[in-house]
Amino acid sequence: MAWTKKILRVNLTDGTCVPEPLNMQWAAEYLGQRGLATRYLVEEVDPRCDALSPENKMIMATGPLTGTMASTGGRYSVITKSPLTGAVACSNSGGFIGAELKNAGWDMIIFEGKSAEPVYLFIENERAELLPAGDLWGKSVWEADEMIHKKHQDPQIRIAAVGRSAESGCLYAAIINDLHRAAGRSGVGTVMASKNLKAVAVRGTRGVGNIKDPARFMQATTEQKKVLADNAVTGQGLPTYGTQVLMNVINELGALPTRNMREVQFEGAHKISGEAMHEPRKSDGKANLTTNAGCFACTIACGRISTVDRGHFSVENKPEYWGNSGGLEYEAAWAMGTDTGVDDLDAVTYVNFLCNEDGIDPITFGATVAAAMELYKDGAITKQDTGGVELEFGSAKALVWAAEVTCKGEGFGKILGLGSKRMCEKYGRPELSMTVKGQEFPAYDPRGIQGMGLTYATSNRGACHLRSYTVSSEVLGIPEKTDPLVTEGKAGLVKAFQDATAAVDSSGLCIFTTFAWSLENIAPQIDAACEGDWTPERLLEAGERIWNLERDFNMNAGLTAADDNLPRRLLEEPANTGPAEGKVSGLPEMLPEYYNLRGWTNDGKVTSELRSRFNLPG
Amino acid sequence: MMKSLLIEASKCTGCLQCEMACSYENEGVFNPARSRIKVFTFHSEGRFVPYTCTQCEDAWCMQACPVDAIVINAQTGSKDVLEDICVGCKVCTIACPFGTVNYNQDSGKVIKCDLCGGDPQCVAACPTAAITYVDADATGLSRMRDWAAKTDNAAAPH
Repeated sequence: MAWTKKILRVNLTDGTCVPEPLNMQWAAEYLGQRGLATRYLVEEVDPRCDALSPENKMIMATGPLTGTMASTGGRYSVITKSPLTGAVACSNSGGFIGAELKNAGWDMIIFEGKSAEPVYLFIENERAELLPAGDLWGKSVWEADEMIHKKHQDPQIRIAAVGRSAESGCLYAAIINDLHRAAGRSGVGTVMASKNLKAVAVRGTRGVGNIKDPARFMQATTEQKKVLADNAVTGQGLPTYGTQVLMNVINELGALPTRNMREVQFEGAHKISGEAMHEPRKSDGKANLTTNAGCFACTIACGRISTVDRGHFSVENKPEYWGNSGGLEYEAAWAMGTDTGVDDLDAVTYVNFLCNEDGIDPITFGATVAAAMELYKDGAITKQDTGGVELEFGSAKALVWAAEVTCKGEGFGKILGLGSKRMCEKYGRPELSMTVKGQEFPAYDPRGIQGMGLTYATSNRGACHLRSYTVSSEVLGIPEKTDPLVTEGKAGLVKAFQDATAAVDSSGLCIFTTFAWSLENIAPQIDAACEGDWTPERLLEAGERIWNLERDFNMNAGLTAADDNLPRRLLEEPANTGPAEGKVSGLPEMLPEYYNLRGWTNDGKVTSELRSRFNLPG
Repeated sequence: MMKSLLIEASKCTGCLQCEMACSYENEGVFNPARSRIKVFTFHSEGRFVPYTCTQCEDAWCMQACPVDAIVINAQTGSKDVLEDICVGCKVCTIACPFGTVNYNQDSGKVIKCDLCGGDPQCVAACPTAAITYVDADATGLSRMRDWAAKTDNAAAPH
């Protein structure tokens, strides 16, 4: 079991909150969270609908292990159609609200329609109601969080909310929960705001039970926590440096996309690295990093809690930013630092605070600023567009300004809020947008890590590292080392990672466990908790089913094989320094083999054989 | 030998494994809302602090209970609530200066830490050893050792 077997359907048009039983046949096929919610989305949403119309739905979903003692068992995902990509959006977050929702007795919430007035959903165990949010509208996530806590006089309520960016139509707005954890990518926050839904506030005191074999579950989870503790990455690297452990490593490898991916190594990388976050500042002797932090049930604790130097220009007159908050993770530090050429740790940390305060995706934001800087360099964007700001690569002042206007949706921030694809098209230079399916790249250059080129091109939610993190194999040697510079064997590697990841993302566990765990470690925990026999093979099969289901949704939404591509820069402009010097992405060598391994047609479509094998709808 | 919980907040990451272990041991479900140990987050200070009953020798809760439902466990020294006797009057929750005895709406009784009868599950679950179970007379030992390590033998007076 482990599922509560109950979902909450919230119709924002009618203002109703109605419980219904979870479809257990689908749970047996899709497990939970990412997979199961996508199954509901496919059933209920026309893939061709306008993502920001009331016809789109938004699902917040937990996995069967969410809210349990399994390490990292606190995840939830937001599934909807993305306004940024037009493809399926699936953004995963930690923090505490996922477990709180489960503790309140719900596996997932389906939001449909659109409210006439701003509202927020308040859940207290089985009681769920929509409450007016007129006073919360126009406020940041952090302000709304404080106001809701005050209103209910309960500090233990967990809250997920959207900020001013989402309200003003930024296409990559995130949903922020617990102040600094994010369902970050693909504009899930934009969809939430389009429904006039400001926040979801949850208090759950019922507990998570329904464990199939409690004694076996406790034994399995205890054993697997030890595996995490004994592993060098999950036991030492991530707690000490967070994901920022990678900044210097990837730079050395010549796979650190720099200044809008024009270069692959950044001379300032060490200044914004995980190591730099530990170094005492000249001003007050404190390090940027105060402590590491765990999400619910997480025994890894990669989270960063940081401060900005009070004397730094970005905050010197703003005491409200002098306290601790969520610090830099690798992708954010890369996008807002390396990709814009900014090596000012305090500036990037402050901008990271702003991304959390008003809910924007730091990857897409940073990469969009980087593209804007290249447009500025080429004269396509001028000071007239920016209101006098010199949008130069490496300018911390320009970065800080860009974040402030984008978070509030003011002036040029409206343009930046479109994302780089639409912005570059607007200025007549579409080739400068480093995106796939309209979503920006994260921090691994596919010229220096070849598997990531195929990962980005085929990711079901647009460019993303988390759909198949072949960096594990190509850089870290997990589960086995492959050469990052060759394309041979990468199609199979990408498919294997994609399928396994889809299963993990559907369980309630964090993908970071897979630095130490394979499905062999995960299956016994799920099997002890959930009814039915859950073997590694069955999980992998569920993962492949989920991948094909997402792919089908995208093809029905109007995407084609032509969208499984990379920007020209990565296919034609070779890496200019480092170990990958002279290399371009070998995507054309990998893609046909990948389609073949997937069993798709030459134009990338899911076949009727696959549909019947996986019992896919349609 | 009597043992005490030793909480070193600087090691805590706020993961709540202790709260789940506690509620699972006592209630049979994973439910932080029913945990006898609570982790507090001081967000702007960047601090996580676990807090629970310190098992006072002369316990206010025990003194205040009008029906003698709180008794000393002879093995562990913990002050345990006898569920069958507790009437849910909550006087102990007022008497405790630290707030570590709390009412449980579901059972109509109060709940507090009983050291799990000598095998505290929060200790077993804590991934960073922020909570340990040590000799009650020497809870300061590890801190003494830390300071001792910093002592310069050469500088000591002869």
